Amino acid sequence: MGFFQKVWFITWKDIKAEWRTREIFSSMFIFALLVIVIFNFALDPGADPQMTLPGALWIAFTFAGVLGLNRSFILERENEAFQGLLLCPVDRGIIYLGKMLGSLLFMSLAELIALPIFMVFFNLNLLNLLPELGLVILLSTLGFISVGTLFSAMSIHTKTREVMLPVLLFPVVVPVIIGAVKATDRILAQKPLSEITSWLHLLIAFDVIFLVASFLTFEFVVEE
Amino acid sequence: MVYIQNLTKSFGNFKALRGINLKLEKGQFLTIFGPNGAGKTTLIKILSTLMKPTSGVIKIAGLDLREDGESVRKQIGVISHSTYLYPNLTAYENLKFYGKMYDLQNLPATIERVLEEVGLKDRMHDLVRTYSRGMQQRLSIARAILHDPAVMFLDEPYTGLDLHAAEMLRDLLQTVHTRERTVIMTTHSISQGLEVSDLVGILVRGKLVYLEPIGKIDTQDFGKTYFYWVEQAG
Repeated sequence: MGFFQKVWFITWKDIKAEWRTREIFSSMFIFALLVIVIFNFALDPGADPQMTLPGALWIAFTFAGVLGLNRSFILERENEAFQGLLLCPVDRGIIYLGKMLGSLLFMSLAELIALPIFMVFFNLNLLNLLPELGLVILLSTLGFISVGTLFSAMSIHTKTREVMLPVLLFPVVVPVIIGAVKATDRILAQKPLSEITSWLHLLIAFDVIFLVASFLTFEFVVEE
Repeated sequence: MVYIQNLTKSFGNFKALRGINLKLEKGQFLTIFGPNGAGKTTLIKILSTLMKPTSGVIKIAGLDLREDGESVRKQIGVISHSTYLYPNLTAYENLKFYGKMYDLQNLPATIERVLEEVGLKDRMHDLVRTYSRGMQQRLSIARAILHDPAVMFLDEPYTGLDLHAAEMLRDLLQTVHTRERTVIMTTHSISQGLEVSDLVGILVRGKLVYLEPIGKIDTQDFGKTYFYWVEQAG
């Protein structure tokens, strides 16, 4: 079996387990939904939506993402299955990519369902902006998950992992969050694509750098 | 088959393993006894590539552990008190997943064969979370022997097993032994450990203080020998 087939099989294993329990998806989706609802009540109806909505959207997505990352590795901790994974004769980078791809799929799915709800709650019609918004969400989610998977694996044996993960993760993903919020802000303001190009470049650069760096360093963070 | 020279492992100032030397030939079964905190699990984790040693040379099936970790992992099977199984997958799916990771050919037939061996073929499509502790441990054995490893490491495999499951594990270990696999097992249970061993070792405070072939041991009185060496080293 080739490199990518093994990556896919690790992801398949996560999808199969998630399909039966829906633990990761439901916790992410419900959390994102709660944040959207709370912001809907908290924000002044007369306030300029450009000022707050991009931030509200990305607060919902990023915190839901942290929950999903935590859940994903808690499942690996049960029966110490992660050690079984590390005992397999595969490059540790394959394990990283497989876990990363699974988390990316779950977070993207939660975002895909939360976004229309966000549009309804804040009375936004974003249908004609979906290609640009979708691209920003995809690039930002990829950057967030690529670093998040590395730090989740790093904090798997720590007792305070639920706290440790966001403490480690957020300082590193600040560029992604800023880029995502700024680009979303420009898109919601219906500015031309040229105005978000620099933010897209930032997100692409972050994704490439951190995906490669995480892939290469995963071996060292999972060894005791 | 297993060669260890001057193996040490430190965690900060604490020395978990202090100069372990060991040589096992093909088909030999070594049981290592030792009190809690002696370094048994650390030794098994290092041998199974889950932990890096601080110093020393380890060769398994002629492969250097530091340089050929991936190739070494193909040669070894590990059974621990943790089962390494995914509770939300069925027994078949768990073995299929591990089989794919090991690039096994003819996987469905291999899975059915090992499940038959551990007496779980009838329940192979049930989720692992519905299994009893004993059944999970049997499946864990199936997972460990799925790729027919030349060397096996067993870390406290009897932990948490009921009498029936322990009996089954003992029979399975006999089978493992007769198939010329080289085995290192750690356990607290003197009676269970002596039953299947060719060599017996005692590990105390990170040092292998005793290593003898089973033929040179008075198995009836081994408890006294064990406590003598634990007290000497302590």
